[in-house]
Formats: sequence, structure tokens, C-alpha cells
Amino acid sequence: MKIEFTINGKKAAWDVAPDDLLADTLRAHGFLSVKKACNTSCCGLCTVWVDGQPTLSCTMLSARANGKTITTLEGVQMEAEEFAKILTSEGAEQCGFCSPGFVMNVLAMKKELKNPTDEEIIHYLTGNLCRCTGYMGQLRAVKTYLGVNSAQ
Amino acid sequence: MSKKVIGQKKPKIDGMALATGKPAYTDDIANPNALVVKLLRSPHAFARIKSIDTSRAEKLDGVEAFFTYKDVPQTRFTLAGQSNPEVSPYDRLILDELVRYVGDEVAIVAATDEKTALKALKLIKVAYEVLDPVLDFEQAADNPTVVHPEDNVHLNFEIGMEKSKNIVATDIQVVGDIDKELSKCDVVTEGVYYPQAQAHAMMETYRAYTYMDPFGQIVVVSSTQVPFHLRRHVARALELPMSKVRVIKPRIGGGFGGKQTVSGDLFAAFVTYKTGKPAKIIYDRQETFTCTTSRHAMRLKVRIGADQEGFIRVIDLDVLSDTGAYGEHASTVLGCVGHYTLPLYSKMRAIRFVGHAVYTNKMPAGAFRGYGATQGTFALESTINKLAHELGMDPTELRLKNIIREGETALHWEDGTRLGSTALDRCIRKGKEMIGWEEKGLRRRVGPHKVRGLGMAVTMQGSGIAYIDTASAEIRLNDMGDYVLMHGATDNGMGADTILAQMAAEVLETEMDHIIVRSLDTDYSPYDPGSYASSGTYVSGSAVVKAAENLKVKILEEAAHYLEVPVGEVELTKEAVHWVPNAGEDRLNGDANPKPKAVSLVELAERSVLGSGKNQLVGQATFGSEISPPPYVAGFAEVEVDQETGKVDLIQFVAVADCGTVINPNLARIQVEGGVAQGIGMALYEDVKYDKQGRMLSDSFMQYKIPTRKDVGTIRVAFEESYEPTGPFGAKSVGEVVANTPAPAITEAVYNAVGVRVTDLPITPEKLFMRMSEQNS
Repeated sequence: MKIEFTINGKKAAWDVAPDDLLADTLRAHGFLSVKKACNTSCCGLCTVWVDGQPTLSCTMLSARANGKTITTLEGVQMEAEEFAKILTSEGAEQCGFCSPGFVMNVLAMKKELKNPTDEEIIHYLTGNLCRCTGYMGQLRAVKTYLGVNSAQ
Repeated sequence: MSKKVIGQKKPKIDGMALATGKPAYTDDIANPNALVVKLLRSPHAFARIKSIDTSRAEKLDGVEAFFTYKDVPQTRFTLAGQSNPEVSPYDRLILDELVRYVGDEVAIVAATDEKTALKALKLIKVAYEVLDPVLDFEQAADNPTVVHPEDNVHLNFEIGMEKSKNIVATDIQVVGDIDKELSKCDVVTEGVYYPQAQAHAMMETYRAYTYMDPFGQIVVVSSTQVPFHLRRHVARALELPMSKVRVIKPRIGGGFGGKQTVSGDLFAAFVTYKTGKPAKIIYDRQETFTCTTSRHAMRLKVRIGADQEGFIRVIDLDVLSDTGAYGEHASTVLGCVGHYTLPLYSKMRAIRFVGHAVYTNKMPAGAFRGYGATQGTFALESTINKLAHELGMDPTELRLKNIIREGETALHWEDGTRLGSTALDRCIRKGKEMIGWEEKGLRRRVGPHKVRGLGMAVTMQGSGIAYIDTASAEIRLNDMGDYVLMHGATDNGMGADTILAQMAAEVLETEMDHIIVRSLDTDYSPYDPGSYASSGTYVSGSAVVKAAENLKVKILEEAAHYLEVPVGEVELTKEAVHWVPNAGEDRLNGDANPKPKAVSLVELAERSVLGSGKNQLVGQATFGSEISPPPYVAGFAEVEVDQETGKVDLIQFVAVADCGTVINPNLARIQVEGGVAQGIGMALYEDVKYDKQGRMLSDSFMQYKIPTRKDVGTIRVAFEESYEPTGPFGAKSVGEVVANTPAPAITEAVYNAVGVRVTDLPITPEKLFMRMSEQNS
């Protein structure tokens, strides 16, 4: 079947099978920032935006992308670099495998929450697992990025 | 002399690429046309394959190859990447007629795409003779079931194997007269502990991509911590000459010791070997949970004797370790339970360590950050905490009274090694201050049914493996005056490439931008066993420092020759080598030659590769140590227990580490925070569970709960630096030691809060609630 949609600002028409999952389809088309690590919507690594909303692409059928606007990390490199500079200055990317999904969710959070508290930040990002960092460095980086450095 | 690069918070040199999602990992660089390899796995914990019918599957379009146990070489090997020769028993075949755990491999399928490969798996019919498994590791020895009945298991070393009894390894050490010394003790404290199997749960699951290169070499691009060991294992298992296997390590999405044991690489390599075609294998999360390795579950019986003043005189440790269906890391993890706990305390008069590792029909255990020290620390430090209560002493004072100090030796170190560096006393004092030990008190009621408790523990690890680990490094002055550093330390995300570049830059008086770091390709990189045993900073780092010093000497000699001045009167800077007459003190007096001569590094480099020079400058070094300097951590936990539900909330965890000189404060801090989080997971949430048939129940992130960012409280980290005289710039390791204190510190905090000492991890709410209820009834 054919799906027509927008990927990172460009119109696209791809052939997909009815049981293809979006994360696999995106990787097959070279959007390699999209990582898979659980296949059960538990870890957040495959996060992309569907019509601007953070969405787990490992459990979304590719067919459902028809008519939608999909954004991967490849499509928001300017914003990603701005945050990545802060994240890496904390050393909090570590192995980096969870970074793409995490960064997508952080960028979405910045648009959605104004002056969030620590609790709100942590809650928003709970679905993004990381096994390397213990999360503290990520929190420091996010707070710097959002300009909310008040001690809580 | 003050350092320019060492001690700086340098970002990881690969950080921006990774954080912005650039292709860098194994599956990002695999050939899209590679055959997809999938494995049919045993549904039984113990069975003999009677027949395999692949006829229906073979008719499927797109299936390229099938292999069963009848098709594979018969040389047994191990998947452990620990040393050469390996200490682990060679008890595996690529595929075996006997399957020894639920998930053990039965057949290999290679197809043009994943869906076809998965479909083919479903069409294979296997008839099994189902055998009685041994699932309870306390019942494994002398069980009627023998997990490895075959007679061709190969051992390179005597490790105390009694295969007919399912005993893989035996380790016994006795110093002094235990019974006599115990009889002299005023207090004897005992305990039995069950640290559980823990999953590594690194974010990038196990994977490899293989292809045949034009020279007939099988190239394995692998998410591995042990490229050189992997090369050996592939060659042995496939019965190939060593020169026919090459391993390339791209960026790695975490390992934590899991990738110190080889996983699917051999299957893909075998497919490429047989078909000549590129192949890739990617374990999904379920396979990663159920068909790789975990931390060894153990039972530890501890007896500690002390006198009335609180001097610990005797430690008696009896350890039973569940190594599962294959013996990867069985004897070495077992030994490390004692190696990395007994030398913590130096006032002892007798120690006894009796350890056994046994086979069971469960997923193999393997290397996991901490490597036996984690389990040993949980048992020993829990018992020390118990002893403090019995003595009526503050547990921090009990430690300060007994911990080993610089220049002292430990009973366990029978060669009389003296400790070169420790700041553990300062770590303990700093941690007390940070958590508010004195002000808060060990137990505080904070609500009608909420109580807070404090607890602490200390730990040590090693820095590389003494006498065994060596690392080599090479640094070349390139034709245009920049450098390329080639090393074999296997950066799997922690930043080894970055800190090694910092060390080289410091020695060569240059900036990190001037150094290209290349690692790792077994055909190009100098030998290094890999990233394990906390060896990166200390072992690989020492090799890099020596190689850089070697190159620096050559640069200075070449420059002095060119400038026609004495070699003692030249100095290296980022850009050039300068002639500084009477270099040193006189230079400051202003009586130096007013027009010092210099040769730029670019000119010197250019000369070395062309024209009259013809002597490209390369620094090289190999480093191995006769000691393994211990890093230390003092860990402090503050928990809040809900007495109505048994739920434990971790309020904060304070970890104060002595890793010698801190090479990169950011990366070291993240190591501590991340290791503590894994320890918190082990203490409170994580558990590899099986059903009665031996099928693993915890096979996804829905059943197996690693901590999310809501589950770790606040992790606070500080460093108390010591100076390790044998380390690079005074540094020791930091990677593993950080995972060990949370379990004993948190269980002690829970005990202080509600009076229940949990000895079998994790401390789940239901477990704690039941124990509180039992205690109250």
C-alpha cells in the first residue's frame, strides 16, 4: 500500500506493507536517528513527532502516517544542536543511543511547558529510559536549556 | 606542574554526533542488503533434539540458509571475553544437540528480510526429548541432572570443576585460624544473603553485522566490549585461522559488562562464512533479556567476628554462585566476590573464603559491572552494619576504625602488596556531612505512617586485572603536524576515547583538537583486551601516557638534531619545538639567547615523512601492572518507608568516590550517577524471574523494571581525590566501584526506618509489607 505524508517538511509517497511499523519504515528510508530498543512502547528511544506530538514510532503502524506530518531528529537539527551542546557539556549523552528519542521529547517539552518545575520536567520525560546516566546530568542539562535553574 | 587538559570538563569527542542522532552504531552502518539472521530457540529448559524438519521453511521465498547442530564445527569454546587464554570453560558449540535453557539456540535461519526469517522460524518442526532440568541453584550440586554430560569440555586452567556434580568452579582461600580467632571474638555476627540476577538492560541491544572482505577475511562489526577476544572466539568456533577474522567496533549503545560476553556475533559470522554474503543479527529486547547473560544470582553466608572495641578480626564468607547453563565468567566472578571485599578491612587475623559456582538450566550469568564485588559488598557490608548495631557503634565509626590505610596490607593479599592510595576515610566523612548523618539521626518519623531511615556502606574495586591486563597504544605525528592516537580501549559510551585524548594532549602540550582518536579495528588498533575490569583509565590510560611520552622524546630529539642544539635545551609547545638555552631555571633570569631558534611542528612533521627526514615519528607503549589499585566509594542512602504499603521511596543517595585524580570531572560524575542508579535498581526494583518450568517471566521492560527518572530520588556525588602513584596522572578506575553501595546502604536505611532487614533483593513493597506484618504479629 502507498502512504502519502510529510517527512521533515518534504512531501513523500512510500510503499509500505500493512503490518510495517513506522520506526522500521523510517530507518529503512535512511532516517537512522530513530532507534528501537524495546518494541513495547516502554523506553522512548523511537520518539518522533506526528503532527507535532511526541509519538512512539515502534508501535505505530506506518499506514497510520498517511496524511500526517512526521518529524524526526534529522528534521530539527538546529534546535537539536542547541540542546546537544548543553547536554554534552554535562557529559549526559553518554552512550548516546537514547539521545535521539530523548532530545525529541525535550524539544517538544520546550514548546509545551513554560517554566516547568523539576517535578514537571521529570514527569514529562519519564517515558525516556536511560541506563547510563542516572538521569541527574540530563536534568541539569534540561534545566539549563529551559533557563529554569532555580534550586528545588 | 599545573595541568592544562587533565581535570577539565571536556565534552565527549563523539558527543555532538551522538546527541544529534547521526548514524554511528552497528545497525546504522550495516549493509542494507545484508541477510537477516534469526534464531530458533528452545522452549524447554533441558532437552535433547530428536529431529529437526526444515523442509517447509526451506520452500519459503527469500530464505537463503538454514543450519542445525549437524552443520556446525565441533570445537567447543566460551563466549566470555576475559583473558587470553580464557579462564571460563570451553563448554559451548555454535549449536548443540542438547539444549540447556529456555532460549538456547536450536537452528539458524538467514533470509533476505526480517519478516521472511521470522516466518521461516515458525515453519521449522522440532521433536525434543524433554529432560528434567535443574532450576534451583541450591539444589544443583549432586543433582541427578547433569547440565553438561559431554566429555569434551575444555579447560585452560584448573578451576575446581566437578562437572558430574554441576560444579563449574571452586575457589577456596584460608588465611589464619578461623575457629581459634572466632573463639577469641567478643561478638560474632552472621547473615545469609541472596542478591538476585540482574539484567544489564543497556539501551542498544546485542547486534553484529558481518561480511567477507576482498582478502577472504570475515569482518565482524560488533556492539562489543571485547573486540580482540571476540576475534579469537570467532576464529576458534568457526575453526578458521586467526588472520581470517577482523573485528570492528563502531559506537556502542552501552554494555555494563553484558557485551563482555559474546552474543549473536557467531551466528552471523557463520552465515557469512557459509554463504559468502553479508549478514546481520539484531537481538530484540526479549532475546536480550532471555538469551544473553545477567548478573550472577548468589547465596552468601557471612560470619564476622569482632572484639568489644570494634576491631574486625575475622571474616568468613561462603559463596554459592548460579552461573546458569554455560560457564562464562563463572570462576572469575566468584573469585572477585572475595578479591574486592576482603581487603577493605585491615585489622583482621583470619579470613576464609569458600566459593562454588554451579551450572543450572537457566540463562547463563556473565560479567556485569561490579563483577562479584556487587554481590559480595551487599553481603559483607550488610553484616558489618548488623555488627555495628550489635556493638552499639555508629557504622561510620566502625568503618573508620577498620578500613585499610595507605601503606597497609590486607590479609587477603598474600603477596604482601601495600596499598598505594586511599581517601576512603575522607569519603566517609564527606558523605556523612552531605547527607546530614548527625543532624537527622538514623530514624525519623515524618508522617503518621511514614518513616525515614539512613544507611551507609563502603566498597572497593580494582583498576584492571593485576599481572594479566595489558594495553598498547600508538601515537603518530602526522605529515601536517597533527597526531593520530590509536588505542584498543573499547569505548562503549563512557568516554574512554575522550579521556585518553585528554591524557595524550596533556603529555604532548597540545589541544585535543589536534589529536585524531581511532579505535577500534583489530587489524589496525594495538592490542587491548577491551573495556572491562575497570581498566580504561588506569591500564589503557597508562599505555597512552607512555606512548605519548615516547613520541615526545622522539620529537624533541628530532628537533634538537634539526636545530643543532642539545636535546636538553628544547621544549615542545602546541605549535613548535623551541630552543631554550639552559632550559629551566636560567631561562627566567633573562640571560637566555634573545632570539631563540624554533622549528614548527608542521615543518618537523613534514620533514619526518618526506625530503631529508625519512623517519616518521611514532610513539608506542605497552602497559601492564602487577597491582590493581582499588578505587573506593562511601555510599549513603536516605529512604522513606510507607508503613501501610511497604513502599520504599529513595529520597537521596550520596556517593563520595575516590578514583584517584579525576581526569574529567563531568564524565567521572556521570559514571558515579549512572552506576548508583543501577545499584538502586538492584536494591529496589530489578529481578530476573523464572516460572516453574524455567521460562523467564521478566522478558520485557513491562515486567523487568529498570529505574525511570522518577525512581532514583536525588543522586548527589562528590569526589575525594587520592593520588595513585602507579596511575596515569595519579588516576584509578571509576566504572564499576560505583554500582556496589546502593544495595547494602538502602537495605540498612530500610532497617533503620522499620526494623526489617531484607536479605533477598529487591526490596519490593509486598516483600517489605509482609516482613513488617510478620514482625508485628
